[in-house]
Amino acid sequence: MTDATFSTQQSIFKMIGSPLDALPVDQPSAAEPSRRSFLKIAGGTGAGLMLALAAPGLGAVPAQAATPAGGGLADAFLRIAPDNTVTVILKHADIGQGAATGLSTLVAEELDASWAQIRTEFAPSDPVRYKNFAFGVQGVGGSTGLANSFEQYRTVGATARAMIVAAAAKEWGVPAADISVTNGVVSIASGKTATLGAMANAASLQAVPSNVTLKTPDKFTFIGKSFPRVDSVAKTNGTAKYTIDQQMDGMLIAVIARPTKFGATVAKIDATATEKSAGVVKVVQVPQGVAVIAKSTWAAIKGRQALKVTWDESKAEVRGTADLLKDYKALLDKPGLSARKEGDVEGAFAKAAKVVSVDFEFPYLAHAPMEPLDCVVHYTGSSAEIWTGSQLQTVDHGTACAVLGLKPEAVKLNTVWAGGSFGRRAIADAHFVAEACALAKAYGQPVPIKVIWTREDDIKGGYYRPMYVHRLKAGLDKDGTIIAWQHRIVGQSIMAGTPFESMAVKNGIDNTSVEGANNLPYAIANLSVELHTVKAGVPVLWWRSVGATHTAHATEHMIDLLAKEAGKDPVAFRLSLLKGKPRHIGALKLAAEKAGWGTPMPAGTARGVAVHESFGSYVAQIAEIALKPDGSVKVTRIVSAIDCGLAVNPDVVHAQIEGGIGYGLGAALRNEITIKGGVVEQSNFDSYEPLRMSDIPKIESHIVPSAEKPTGVGEPGTPVALPAVANALFSATGQRTLQLPMTRQKYTSA
Amino acid sequence: MAISVTINGQPRAIDAAPDTPMLWVLRDDLQLTGTKFGCGAGLCGACTIHVKGEPQRACQLTLKDAAGLEITTIEGLKGRVAGAVQAAWAKLDVVQCGYCQSGQVMAATALLTAKPKPSDADIDVAMDGNICRCATYPRIRAGIHAAAASLEG
Repeated sequence: MTDATFSTQQSIFKMIGSPLDALPVDQPSAAEPSRRSFLKIAGGTGAGLMLALAAPGLGAVPAQAATPAGGGLADAFLRIAPDNTVTVILKHADIGQGAATGLSTLVAEELDASWAQIRTEFAPSDPVRYKNFAFGVQGVGGSTGLANSFEQYRTVGATARAMIVAAAAKEWGVPAADISVTNGVVSIASGKTATLGAMANAASLQAVPSNVTLKTPDKFTFIGKSFPRVDSVAKTNGTAKYTIDQQMDGMLIAVIARPTKFGATVAKIDATATEKSAGVVKVVQVPQGVAVIAKSTWAAIKGRQALKVTWDESKAEVRGTADLLKDYKALLDKPGLSARKEGDVEGAFAKAAKVVSVDFEFPYLAHAPMEPLDCVVHYTGSSAEIWTGSQLQTVDHGTACAVLGLKPEAVKLNTVWAGGSFGRRAIADAHFVAEACALAKAYGQPVPIKVIWTREDDIKGGYYRPMYVHRLKAGLDKDGTIIAWQHRIVGQSIMAGTPFESMAVKNGIDNTSVEGANNLPYAIANLSVELHTVKAGVPVLWWRSVGATHTAHATEHMIDLLAKEAGKDPVAFRLSLLKGKPRHIGALKLAAEKAGWGTPMPAGTARGVAVHESFGSYVAQIAEIALKPDGSVKVTRIVSAIDCGLAVNPDVVHAQIEGGIGYGLGAALRNEITIKGGVVEQSNFDSYEPLRMSDIPKIESHIVPSAEKPTGVGEPGTPVALPAVANALFSATGQRTLQLPMTRQKYTSA
Repeated sequence: MAISVTINGQPRAIDAAPDTPMLWVLRDDLQLTGTKFGCGAGLCGACTIHVKGEPQRACQLTLKDAAGLEITTIEGLKGRVAGAVQAAWAKLDVVQCGYCQSGQVMAATALLTAKPKPSDADIDVAMDGNICRCATYPRIRAGIHAAAASLEG
């Protein structure tokens, strides 16, 4: 381990301690509780009906937690107002994945609301009330958003509906059983009707039922149907407000000069020219670099250009990716820590008729969300208010409290729409919140300050998908059966040194380094998965689909190499190895059927297949490619099938698959971060170019019908695209894709 | 000295450094935040505006060079074509994070204004400058075709 290991993360943690210490949090539970008890926290005030989840173990929610009518509600999940709007309070951020639409669907279903009356608001930070049941803290990630809310948000809707019905029964003098609620209208057979809003005040005076019955799936009118996204209109007319769009009186803008090498610190600042630059208000040093605070964004950017910072690089990571790669590859020859072991691997290799061994290389990858990181802090000295697209509210909030030295109740965190994340906004050290708070405190004046990352800050800023190398060695017997499998992985740990370490790192194995490899679904009697965790000073982070970003490619490309050695069809070969894996099989068969697997392809074209489970969802994809006369390759079509349990909103599932494939293809075809002498070589969308319109193949998404509980859809579509395309190329040319991105192959967009 | 630019039909006198990109003039000085910052280098199209009806990148147009020009932003986008594009976007639920979509809508509206029935190849050419990290491209393409069809009727 070098001194520079995780330097950025650790230095911030040393500074603030663990952000999770600052707030009361529960231990994560494996599953969402089946039922929650609810109690009324406000009612009879003319504000309609408000409900809040009773925190387990806390008894009643403190009365002061509810703010009165008109002033918004601190901790409710739902507000039905006399104006007949139904406002769903979103405990999760919407980073594009559709959380606002999904959570609203669950409430509308059980409330029998009309879709048109639904509004949404992002919840405040409250780790008790708004925790993600998968994490124990408030936040969303790992494609858990809908899965952990599925019963909770339906129960919110059902509870409100029961109170509305009770109020109508009382008012109309009829038994509750005679009352129906459809499409937001309460009615009885005699023809009396009322809107939900008209009944809301009376409903708030009713007792809160402790045990409501949720609908059975045959009664669903919203779930399983595709209702329009709640954010479509605001996001197509420019009115949706992201962090970067926040405007406040007296607001200042800041950009931060950051070291060119990870782990470097400020040695000397010459701000003479910057301080003379028009619009610059102040230059302050923060742990992350040197902040230029100005009256406008352009003034801040120009002020930073004029800044001269000398960096102390004595503890910086000065190795490049070529240096790291050499060290990683040397480790491939040595046994690592065991992540899974079955049977007698060495003995089986000794008996094998054929042995195939290949080494894979995966680069660092930047997330590059369209909205670069940003955060607004209004610090007054005794309190603070923060606006950001907060994906891990508890971590962001706790970090802000620690940096500012304020109690949680003195810091208000506002979650706003986020312009993408792909993992980048869910950060264990909340470094972008920490730096914004640090510079607000250093500036010391009670004005709001918006900190903006430029695209160069983003691409060069680290927190990448780690670089990995793999060695996959497999032995076949004379019949073409895989009898031995050895998978060795080398790379940095994402979780080490973070507050999530105790959850994710067991016996030295960071599960995010090996997931997708240690749960290989194929029946192979003698199997070993090993890990070498290495240290480097480059900060790393989960990237859409995390471990599967590399393990899916390595395992699924290897299976095709072995299928060819065995002389078997890649789909049939997989099916023969998938024992007791009905959901892998279901996805694989559906994708193969929809793609016309086995039907002849025109000359110069080929298909490739891959199947992989991540985040509880099973995805199979068939990629088609065309070889051009000049040797270039075009990905022309991808057919996908997902088993994600019950699809709450099928159109959102399709959208996530389409987007996930596009994101994965970028990593397959051309994206990589390279580092030379400690300096990142890419800087903007020219040197780190995402896929564009003309690069995107025709995508067809299918859903395996299922009544299982909903599982994730944001990530599982991404990793499968890489091996599917690689396997198509292998089928067409025999060329293996052992290094990503596939830049050695010339890709064409037309 | 203030520089005059017509924004969404309104003449505006803007008192900012002449080298300020219109992107920041729109966002910081005029509070027209629908025009988004994505790269600052003319590479992503998130800041697409119309200058005399033609799509341009606001990050590449300085205030000095914008003097006297007529600029339309997403906030001022009007008309039959824009309406058809926005309706198609809503109908097909094109957006995900939505951050690039102001620029996508501006670029698509300009395309359909110039070419009412674009081919897939036309769409590739006109839209390749607009990056979407959520990769909503298949729906953007479908949205343009749907808007074209609705404008025909």
